[in-house]
Amino acid sequence: MNPKHNHFEVVIPSDYESGQAVVEQIMLDVAECGFSSRDLFGVRLAVDEAVTNAIKHGNRLSPDKTVRVLFSRNQSRIRIEVEDQGAGFHPEDVPDPTADENLDRPSGRGLLLMREFMTLIEYSPKGNQVVLEKHFSS
Amino acid sequence: MADAKPRLDLDDIGDVTVATFIDKKILDEANINEVGKQLFALIDEDGRRKIVLDFSVVEYLSSAALGKLITMDKKAKGAKSKLRLCCIKPDIYEVFEITRLNKIFDIKPTLEEAVKGF
Repeated sequence: MNPKHNHFEVVIPSDYESGQAVVEQIMLDVAECGFSSRDLFGVRLAVDEAVTNAIKHGNRLSPDKTVRVLFSRNQSRIRIEVEDQGAGFHPEDVPDPTADENLDRPSGRGLLLMREFMTLIEYSPKGNQVVLEKHFSS
Repeated sequence: MADAKPRLDLDDIGDVTVATFIDKKILDEANINEVGKQLFALIDEDGRRKIVLDFSVVEYLSSAALGKLITMDKKAKGAKSKLRLCCIKPDIYEVFEITRLNKIFDIKPTLEEAVKGF
């Protein structure tokens, strides 16, 4: 295990290109953490969902707002924090996308995928910051 | 956008249109919106009735891409077209299972099975 960084923080504008660049930057480190290919797939998906949500739903692509992304790693886990400058939301208000009546809704699956692929997902009380962790043993 | 890159490779096998995704990653929104536009055009503009979406090169797709596929499926049903998905890699198929979208899409393991008996 020889990741390039133990910790970095970036602040990006609210555009998708910048979002993809930071996901790639994180995955360069994550790729060297010894995860299985399934877990690498899941972490990429979860980080992408978190960053895209911050840009799209949090900051609503506003050029006046930024997204702060923090990556850290220790011996037991990786941790990604994503914070936007939007109004926040209540994750419990998002309808269950796997319920029969919601199956054909085109949105609302990002949260489910983050929960499924990460060990831990926590939103701040305001709902504009999410913390994702993937533990090496899980 | 006039200069939008093609995101689908189209091929006809009999009366079935096979649309193969070109990109490995269907993740970023600009890409997804273009994929959506090109998918919807198969039904809205070309009036194709039997469509197979071939995922053989796709390694990643996000929930926003799933949203486009759901809209595509609804359009197909509304236009009395048939839509099938095939050649989905195991990691991505797991996403379909987690979201239970394997229940609403007609998914076949191989292109041959997808084209057969439409």
